[in-house]
Amino acid sequence: MGNVGSISNMLTELGIESQVSSDIQKILASDKIILPGVGSFDVGMKNLKSRGLVDIIKEFVVAQKKPILGICLGMQMLGESSEEGIEEGLGLLPFICKKFIFSKDDGLKVPHMGWNYVTPPKDFTDEMLHKLDNNPKFYFVHSYYAQPIINEIILLETSYGIKFTAAVKRNNIVGVQFHPEKSHMYGMQLLENFSRL
Amino acid sequence: MKPRVIPCLTISQEKLVKTTQFHNPRYLGDPINAVKIFNGKRVDELCVLDIDASKSGTEPNFSFLEKISCQAFMPLSYGGGVKTLDHAKKLVKMGYEKIIINTEFINNPKIVSEVSSQIGSQSVVVSIDVRMTKNGYKVFSKSGSFETAYSPVDLAQKAEQMGAGEILLTSIDHEGMMTGYDIELIKMVSSATTIPVIANGGASCIQDLSQAISVGKAHAVSASSLFVFWGKQKAVLITFPSENKLAQFGL
Repeated sequence: MGNVGSISNMLTELGIESQVSSDIQKILASDKIILPGVGSFDVGMKNLKSRGLVDIIKEFVVAQKKPILGICLGMQMLGESSEEGIEEGLGLLPFICKKFIFSKDDGLKVPHMGWNYVTPPKDFTDEMLHKLDNNPKFYFVHSYYAQPIINEIILLETSYGIKFTAAVKRNNIVGVQFHPEKSHMYGMQLLENFSRL
Repeated sequence: MKPRVIPCLTISQEKLVKTTQFHNPRYLGDPINAVKIFNGKRVDELCVLDIDASKSGTEPNFSFLEKISCQAFMPLSYGGGVKTLDHAKKLVKMGYEKIIINTEFINNPKIVSEVSSQIGSQSVVVSIDVRMTKNGYKVFSKSGSFETAYSPVDLAQKAEQMGAGEILLTSIDHEGMMTGYDIELIKMVSSATTIPVIANGGASCIQDLSQAISVGKAHAVSASSLFVFWGKQKAVLITFPSENKLAQFGL
């Protein structure tokens, strides 16, 4: 779910210049990367590999220290691995992805699909959360969620049967489980904040 | 989460139109313009329906729908001429979170189980259009032009059995009339299924939306005229109540 076209249009609406590309030169020449993702973990990682983008992303993020925002599967790929597949993630942040498992009595369906409110960890502030202190909500569609190995990377949390990590950040690396491009004003604010990193 | 309030955009030949009891489409404007306005009004979900496709037997207008999807900053559902799994997958790929199936479910109920097993039942909505006839409530397909033998409860239960995630329940008699929802119809179907029912057809004010939830026991409400018309003269104006206003009515 989600839409690369919507991300582009949201950025345009914000006056932020962007292009959709998998061209290595164009990617390395840009200031920031947004990594969207729809579908399954292994397919996503295999696609990145087949386009030669795994090393490029690592070069961009680790060597050049330029910002990257992973959205939904794009966030999940920033981690080390996922229960959804056997491929290795990019390993840029210390977390793994686990599947939502609920009992019939919980009455909760998978995927987690719908709007949900998010909160930062207690007393936590970050530039990515600028102007998002008004009980923000975002639109989620996912069956797997991030489980941090180190809690310091947690940017936002939410609840769906269990409390889980909705967004992660460490320095220039940001990941959001939800879809900013489907979350109107909240998504726009988040993308604007990312553009200012 | 609060009950969902979903503006419904009815499209004919790539234009935004509004019908009355499924007749006399009145031209309103450019659908993409309406989508952009709804973005600014922080609408949480939008429903897009092509009212010609099933009658004319055409498939969804994908290139046009892609344009709409790229401009929408909220989740979308689409219905109109969806007949195959391929149609559904194509729509999902271009950014429609939910696919609405109406006529094809009556022609081929297996389509719903096929699509929901592939893209997930949470993404499959069965749309049921209803008129009151001398034999009670009956389901009509092909944009209200064909009377089926189904009662709305029978069809809703069948939809649930076949794997639909939600029901979009529209009263054709109330549609576009702005005299309130058909609360009896909504209550009847909501109590007969465990999957969410989205009430549609007849809303004239926010109280109506609230009533469909509290009395009709709908899970969510959809409306069209209420969000595209203003005043007694029905001037065209795209509006949506603020979060505060909705909250005053429990929405």
